[in-house]
Amino acid sequence: MRGNDEVNHMLKYFENNLRYDGRGLKDFRDITYELGVVKTAEGSASVRFGGTHVIAGVKLSIDQPYPDTPNKGNLMVEVSLSPLASENYMPGPPDIDSVEFSRVVDRGLREAPALDFEKLCIKEGEAVWNVSVDIVVINDDGNLIDVSGFAAMLALLNARFPKVVDGKVDYHELTDEKLPIKHIVVPTTIFKIDKYFFVDPILEEFQLSEARLTLTRRDDGKICAIQKGGDYPLKKEDITEMLALSKEKFDELIKIIKEVSQ
Amino acid sequence: MSFDKRIDGRGFLDLRPMEAKVGVIEKADGSAYFRMGDTVAYAAVYGPRELVPRFKQNPKTGILRCNYNMLPFSGVGERIRPGGNRRSKEISMVTEKALLPVVLLDHFPNSVVDVFIELPQTDAGSRCAGITAAALALADAGIPMKDLVSAVAVGKVDDKLLVDLRYEEEAFEGEVSDIPFAFIHNTGEISLLQMDGIIDDESLIKLVDLARDAAEKVYEVQKKALLEKFKKVGDGNERK
Amino acid sequence: MGVVKVKDKEIVIPGQLLAEGMDFVPTGEAYREDDKIYSKRIGLVEINKRVIKVIPLSGSYSPKEGDTVIGVVTDVLVSGWRIDLGCAYDAVLPIKDAVNEFVKRGDDLTKYLDIGDVIFAKISRVTSQMLVDLTLKDKGLTRLVGGRIVKFPSVKVPRIIGKNASMITMLKKATGCKIYVGRNGYIWIDGKPNQELLLMKAIKMIDELAHTSGLTDRVKAFLEKETGQKLG
Repeated sequence: MRGNDEVNHMLKYFENNLRYDGRGLKDFRDITYELGVVKTAEGSASVRFGGTHVIAGVKLSIDQPYPDTPNKGNLMVEVSLSPLASENYMPGPPDIDSVEFSRVVDRGLREAPALDFEKLCIKEGEAVWNVSVDIVVINDDGNLIDVSGFAAMLALLNARFPKVVDGKVDYHELTDEKLPIKHIVVPTTIFKIDKYFFVDPILEEFQLSEARLTLTRRDDGKICAIQKGGDYPLKKEDITEMLALSKEKFDELIKIIKEVSQ
Repeated sequence: MSFDKRIDGRGFLDLRPMEAKVGVIEKADGSAYFRMGDTVAYAAVYGPRELVPRFKQNPKTGILRCNYNMLPFSGVGERIRPGGNRRSKEISMVTEKALLPVVLLDHFPNSVVDVFIELPQTDAGSRCAGITAAALALADAGIPMKDLVSAVAVGKVDDKLLVDLRYEEEAFEGEVSDIPFAFIHNTGEISLLQMDGIIDDESLIKLVDLARDAAEKVYEVQKKALLEKFKKVGDGNERK
Repeated sequence: MGVVKVKDKEIVIPGQLLAEGMDFVPTGEAYREDDKIYSKRIGLVEINKRVIKVIPLSGSYSPKEGDTVIGVVTDVLVSGWRIDLGCAYDAVLPIKDAVNEFVKRGDDLTKYLDIGDVIFAKISRVTSQMLVDLTLKDKGLTRLVGGRIVKFPSVKVPRIIGKNASMITMLKKATGCKIYVGRNGYIWIDGKPNQELLLMKAIKMIDELAHTSGLTDRVKAFLEKETGQKLG
């Protein structure tokens, strides 16, 4: 294959701190969100970063705990690439990309931890709350990990416990009780093409990116998940620079989430 | 126990409030959002595009492929395991049959038009919302169609004939029927007809007319949504 | 004597009744069923005496002989290259329609065109099975180097070109970009980032207002404001 025309053209923009939609390399697109959009979910958030649109929904249920954690509730996180979102997504079992995104978002929420799992225990060894977060991509215009993680956190903050009658969940009624949130968790992914670092790629930029580093942080700034992606390796200096940029962008995103959790 | 009043205060023949918008998924060739009360459907159209595997291609005509899916958080109770089930497969099929009579497939031989329907929230009438959204998405995509298709469910609860049942009405403890219909606007021909429950012939015949009237109301909402996109003329003046 | 049910330049939807009567002639996306004329797509209706035409406002590109298109090489074949036109049908560019010299069987074709290359070509043939052949052997046809492809609705391409190429000439002059427009809705642009960003704004405007009249004047006013240039 010849030297990549597409990348070279994009780099002309990057040299001038410009992108195809007029943004700077470090700028997010317009971020908008709406909470509680799904009435059948116990918590939900519809989030848009520019054209990328995802809907996250939280479902709660009561189950037996896992034998090795008899006093802890459980969390399950799944990102699904709906066939609505792209010409490349087909109905069927999750492909490797959605598996990766699911696991990266999951790790951040699980390790921080976003939830106080012991407070999800109803009766030790017998009954605990299971929290399922499903993030469905409705329109894929890049940056799926960050948008999914952001939406998942908002949905968890929006969630309320349903009423429990005689040990059974009554899904028709929600209480005012929020989930036991321990940490607010937000992923920020830094992308690299040539020597340039940028955030919140549109689809074209994502497809041409050479490497990416997702750093999920929690409210005290500590990193609770890391994932390097892309075909190209990173140098040590890259990591330092990407860390700094991710902290800067994390501060912007967590500010938005904190407004919600008031 | 008899059925006298609807839980939301609607008249027996009233539809729930509806909302429709097209062009909501920009990566798709055509798309729509349709809400009927608390039932919400997204539809996206990709195509016409190459049909693989090649041996499925038909040189005389294109094919229409529909896929209906309920999202994990869309049910009234517990989480729905993703991956579809027999019910969603059947609904995918009847959705395709409901749209086939109007899509001009011979205009795109050897190719496929994919229609994806996903529901983030349901409160009965989900296949009807899906079909209505799909028809909008097909029109938005510029797929050649003879006409639009509009869908709505009717039924008999106890001894009352109702239009656009919601979940609580379907769940009535007594004789209930839930009958989804889809109509082609100009001819009034029926492209979807199914039933869950128990009904007598006389009531069914009455319900056909009620369904047709209700479907025309759905049509008006669809038409408005399609024209909405072209209202703005860029200088603040609205087209009539 | 029939009855026209819509106004000239009205936006119509699939299945909408446009006219009743046998003396009307449907063209474009209008069709007749018995004595009635309907639309097959969302479009702009044009009424010219007895001719009722619907110009579509969305829809996939249907390859036509003689159309100049922009395509991307997706595969190198034994006898040529497979080209993506962004529609349901792939096209083939045969060696004989791309290269002037003699090419031996088994020669490496990638020295002429490789995967990812962009070409501005003409459709030389479309079979009834929708197999599409392209040629580069005509005036103005060429490989396009550098630049990038922007996707645009194929049904609105005539608005980018304009009457007597008035719109595209104005876009080139105002932005300083090289612009090639394919009937298939692929537009190839090449300019400095600022020039391209301005061009993209104009293209977006044309897309949103394609169904309105006075578009060229509107775009002209926008470009004059942005560049401070007077455009003839």
